[in-house]
Amino acid sequence: MKDLHTITTTVNGKTYTREAESRMLLSDFIRHELGLTGTHVGCEYGVCGACTILYDGHPTRSCLTLAVQANNHTIETVEGLTTDPNKLHPLQQSFQDAHGLQCGYCTPGILMTMKAFLAENPNPSETEVREALSGNLCRCTGYQHIVDAILRMKDEG
Amino acid sequence: MKPAAFKYIAAQSLEHALTLKAEYGDEAKFLAGGQSLVPAMNLRVAKPGVLVDLNPITGLGFVESRIKAGLGIGNWGLARDDNPQSLILGAMTRYRTLERSAEIAAQCPLLHETMPHVAHPQIRNRGTLGGNLAHADPASELPAVMLVLNAQFKAQSVRGERWIAACDFFTTIFTTALATDEMLTEIAIPLPTNSDASRTRTCFMEIARRRGDYAMMGVAVSITLNAAGVCTDAKLGYLNAGDTPVLATQAAQALIGQTISDAHIQTAAAIAHDEIQPPGNMHASVAFQRHLAGVLTRRAIKEILDFRF
Repeated sequence: MKDLHTITTTVNGKTYTREAESRMLLSDFIRHELGLTGTHVGCEYGVCGACTILYDGHPTRSCLTLAVQANNHTIETVEGLTTDPNKLHPLQQSFQDAHGLQCGYCTPGILMTMKAFLAENPNPSETEVREALSGNLCRCTGYQHIVDAILRMKDEG
Repeated sequence: MKPAAFKYIAAQSLEHALTLKAEYGDEAKFLAGGQSLVPAMNLRVAKPGVLVDLNPITGLGFVESRIKAGLGIGNWGLARDDNPQSLILGAMTRYRTLERSAEIAAQCPLLHETMPHVAHPQIRNRGTLGGNLAHADPASELPAVMLVLNAQFKAQSVRGERWIAACDFFTTIFTTALATDEMLTEIAIPLPTNSDASRTRTCFMEIARRRGDYAMMGVAVSITLNAAGVCTDAKLGYLNAGDTPVLATQAAQALIGQTISDAHIQTAAAIAHDEIQPPGNMHASVAFQRHLAGVLTRRAIKEILDFRF
């Protein structure tokens, strides 16, 4: 018998109510139930960081969170970075300017991680940026241009 | 890569959670931060029938410093008084709180120094101290640190509560002294009194292939010196060095009672090298793990003596 739960959660400022099984991961809930496919799923056991979202403002692995745990909590995904389809969030713009992505699979997780990191530490050193990036794997860039993109935010800030 | 089906119950209070655990027994698991349990469920290594979510309960995560009666157990306690000043940490305190706590940085620098080594920032935003300790992964940092700190763990159930010393808590790999119906609710760390007569300094070091990965070897060291500079207490704790976190008590004996010289450090490192029982894996052979333990032991003791007193 399915263990169903009613989940009411605010995602990118919009409140959704859906029914989901307790075994459903938050990553699958966001993608399949809400249709927000910007959140990517890589390893599904917490290693790669592609599925990182903001859970009550803190970067969190959505694959290590159950959908039921989002009930009465606030989620932010990459889709919430900008409301204007013609204008990127400054962090996204910086990634474009610095060539901070190639295939882009890891990028949503990195953007959400770095949004919270820069809010807490707006003037980071390169070492701090690399430490903050340690939980996000990128197999294309070798990280150098990602680090550059994040450090450009500091120069502009 | 998805969890098997289970029944989810959001606990409304500690009493509710304990009642559920007493009712469901081994079939139920507590869900704390979920940063070890959920991956194990995704990989179907763990298939609990019932998940009791502790996150809705308020008041299980906190950092306090207070005199805790009846905690004068263990070496520091016996050497001092029966009611030492202790740092009391709620089991649901998240790693990010521990990492950022000014109180922990000031009162328990060993724990403060260890936190950045525990996984990645995203994991530290969710993972909890109690969840980590109850998971009892011998390759994790915090169990070894708790042994060195002589921590005491509060276990609660519908039957009542009891305190368990860290050295009795970790029984074997992924296994603790907690009974089926018990929950780890508080961690008490007795704080050393630092004065001219006796000063305690600590250090944590580990070596991992990649930042945030499980370490191939790690060591937590605590050294206490008296006014004459003689070592009156030493603790050497190792992770990924056996079925439980390991205290190298024989190696520590090479330091206690000595005005520690390079020769004593070499001896302690050599004894620790042989005393631990590392499992070895595809990332590091047993011989390499032992080698790293020797290197880290020397480095950590030197760091303490040269820079931290």
